[in-house]
Amino acid sequence: MAGTRAIFPLVIGAIPFGIIFGTLAKSSGLSFWGTMGLSVFVFAGSSQFIALGLLASQTSLYLIILTTFVVNLRHLLYAVSLIPHVKHLSQRWKIPIGFLLTDEAFAVAINRYNQNDRSPDKHWYYLGAALFMYANWLLCTFLGLTIGQLIPNAAKWGLDFAMSVTFIGMIIPYIQNRPMLATILVTSCVSLLSYSLPHKLGLIMAAFAGIMAGMCVDRLKSYQ
Amino acid sequence: MEFYLVLGMSLVTFGIRYTVLGASDRIKLPPIVIEALRYIPPAILTAIVVPEVLIPDGNTIEFNYTNARLVGAIAAIAIAYWRKNLLLTIVVGMLTFFTWQWAIGN
Repeated sequence: MAGTRAIFPLVIGAIPFGIIFGTLAKSSGLSFWGTMGLSVFVFAGSSQFIALGLLASQTSLYLIILTTFVVNLRHLLYAVSLIPHVKHLSQRWKIPIGFLLTDEAFAVAINRYNQNDRSPDKHWYYLGAALFMYANWLLCTFLGLTIGQLIPNAAKWGLDFAMSVTFIGMIIPYIQNRPMLATILVTSCVSLLSYSLPHKLGLIMAAFAGIMAGMCVDRLKSYQ
Repeated sequence: MEFYLVLGMSLVTFGIRYTVLGASDRIKLPPIVIEALRYIPPAILTAIVVPEVLIPDGNTIEFNYTNARLVGAIAAIAIAYWRKNLLLTIVVGMLTFFTWQWAIGN
C-alpha cells in the first residue's frame, strides 16, 4: 500500500499520456482490441506511441519491433540495477517484476531499495506501485478509446509535469558527493546535446556519459 | 497484422525487462558494473527530466522565463535541496508551474 502512495504523483502524470494514446490509436489504424492489447501486453508508453507513429506511416512490422527494442533498451539498465535486490526472489516474483518494469515503477522502487532499513518486503512495495501504474494505464487507454474525443486536449493539462517534479525530488538527495554531482551535470549536458537522436538513444547516451563521469571523478578522488 | 504487432512488441519488451532479472541468481556482476550501479538511478532520472523541462515542445531548448516548466523545476530543485521532502517538492513544483503558466497567460 505504501508503494501505491509513493507512485501516486507519477500515476497522475501518466493519465494524459494514456488518454492520448487511446485517442490517437484509432487514427493510426489500430482496432479497439489491438490498442488494448498493446497496453495490456506491452505496457511501455513511449514505444506504444512510437509504434502508432510508425503504423500511421506504413512502416513494416519488423522495423516497428526493432524500434521497440531500441526504445525500451533503457529498461535493461533498470533490470541490472535491480539484480542485487531481487536475486533471492522466486521466479513467481521475478516475472511480474520484469513485466511491470516501467520508468515510474523503477524510480519509486529503487528509491525504496536504497533506503537503509532492512525490510525484507520491499518487493511488495514495488508490486503495489507497479500494479497501480498498470491499472491506471489500462483505464486511461480505455478512456481514450471510448470517450477520448469528448475529453478536452489532455496534452494541455500539464499534468505530465508531475513526473518531472517527482524525479527532481528523487535526484536532489543523491547529490552528496562530487561523483554524483558529476553524474548529474554531465547527464544534463549530454541529454540536451543528444536530444535530437531518435528512439530515446539520446537518453541512453546521456545516462552512460553521466555514469562514466561519476566513476571517473570517483577514481580521481582516490588518486589524491 | 495487429496480432503479430502486439505479440512481437510484448516479447521484445518483456525480454529486455525480464531476462536479466530471471537469471539474476546465476549472474555474477563484475566489480566495475557493481560500482556503476549506484550512478544509474540519478543518471536515468536526470536524462528523462532535463529534456522534459528544457525542451517542452520536443524541438527547441527554451531557457527563458516564459517556460513554466523551467520555473517549476527551479522551485522544485530549491525546495528539494532545502527540505529533502519528496511530497513537499512535488506540491511546490506543481503549484509554481500552474501559477506561472496562469500568470504568463497560456
